[in-house]
Amino acid sequence: MRNAPAPNHNGGFYQRDRAWHPPAFTPNYKTSVLRSPKHALLSLNNTLSEMTGPVFGHAMLGELDNDLIRNYATTGDAIGPRIIVHGRVLDEDGRPVPGALLEYWQANAGGRYRHKKESYLAAIDPNFGGCGRSITDEEGRYWFRTIKPGAYPWPNGVNDWRPAHIHFSIFGHAFAQRLITQMYFEGDPMIWQCPIVMGIPDKAAVAQLVAALDREATIPMDTLAYKFDIVLRGRRSTMFENRMEGN
Amino acid sequence: MVQSLSRLKESPSQTAGPYVHIGTTPNFIGINHVYAQDLGLAPCPAAANGQRIIITGQVFDGSGAVLRDALLELWQADADGLYPSRGEHRGAADPNFPGWFRQPVDGVSGIYRFETIKPGAVPFIDGRKMAPHVTLWIVARGINIGLHTRMYFPDEAAANEADPIFTRFELRARLATLVAARDGEEDGVPVYRFDIHLQGDKETIFFDI
Repeated sequence: MRNAPAPNHNGGFYQRDRAWHPPAFTPNYKTSVLRSPKHALLSLNNTLSEMTGPVFGHAMLGELDNDLIRNYATTGDAIGPRIIVHGRVLDEDGRPVPGALLEYWQANAGGRYRHKKESYLAAIDPNFGGCGRSITDEEGRYWFRTIKPGAYPWPNGVNDWRPAHIHFSIFGHAFAQRLITQMYFEGDPMIWQCPIVMGIPDKAAVAQLVAALDREATIPMDTLAYKFDIVLRGRRSTMFENRMEGN
Repeated sequence: MVQSLSRLKESPSQTAGPYVHIGTTPNFIGINHVYAQDLGLAPCPAAANGQRIIITGQVFDGSGAVLRDALLELWQADADGLYPSRGEHRGAADPNFPGWFRQPVDGVSGIYRFETIKPGAVPFIDGRKMAPHVTLWIVARGINIGLHTRMYFPDEAAANEADPIFTRFELRARLATLVAARDGEEDGVPVYRFDIHLQGDKETIFFDI
């Protein structure tokens, strides 16, 4: 036996707490009604197929990949409130997750997405594409610069509006950690009226998706900042050598 | 009272929404010049070892309608059953094989298509071989948390029969939902059709991994 359980990369991942995540069937979010499985999920102990995942290197990133104010711009900067979003990717034990690929996408300042299936009457910003990506550093940190997105109406109820949000897709070190979520902004009253948000049963879990205004990270006379930490599943440690798959 | 375990909670999932392509496959929907190419969209490199295959199909909702806005990701071992990953400690995987692919379904037909190689067998936790399989992860508007499933091969009947998941008796009636159908060839490359049913009589088995 070791003196202390070492941070370990052989054990399976902590089971997902599916009472913390939104369930598949959330009828107030109408599209979920026909797109939610009715059978129970089949629990499967992590095998190598789940404990492994693709590796992405910093070399794949372009210089402007994390700058949405400039990465689609041709005639000037994108229009809207300039913000920095930054934070860390951690696991459930609080350890940083370095080398995590984050992809993020969003509407422009008026709530309009650049997508051919989108027909909201708010104008497209010719200098705003709406996508970016980062890979976390050795301490699990990421950061990007963008325009604060606007609220957006959607055909669910007759008068439903999404709160301002940025979508995040995250790759940790294993396919078991694969996650897509959305970031919301501190103080937005629409968070608590949104059927997509309220599919999350626990208010503390919703709060985990609300980024805090971070005055200390702002650039004076230039850009406000929000801090958004992301937590991925942690791993069981192997405390006894003869139990290769963890405790 | 007891001491706190001081663990964090995983960030809760939210739907990928209808515009998932903006962030994941921007070139596919005409947002060009931000990235040189869409991540995961290219077919398997020609230099990769193994039998080339095509995996294609559609995703259906509980009314039988085809999803036209789903995004699928595929994760699999190389031809020798090794994963190109940090978590692979048994040896070095084929350096020309990425192991991971991403494909949006076609916006009109709903068809997805992966051009990859047939994976080798990978051991289960207890050392028994699992039958060759690929892992699929499905996200879309209306799906609150990504759905994990596996696709097995119809021409691996003996290996499938011995697979640790397939031997779980309570699943007998639904196991067929995990096995692709052989659907001819394209230029000599075997085509496997794997339809995914989110809900209903033909509902695919999804895993809590």
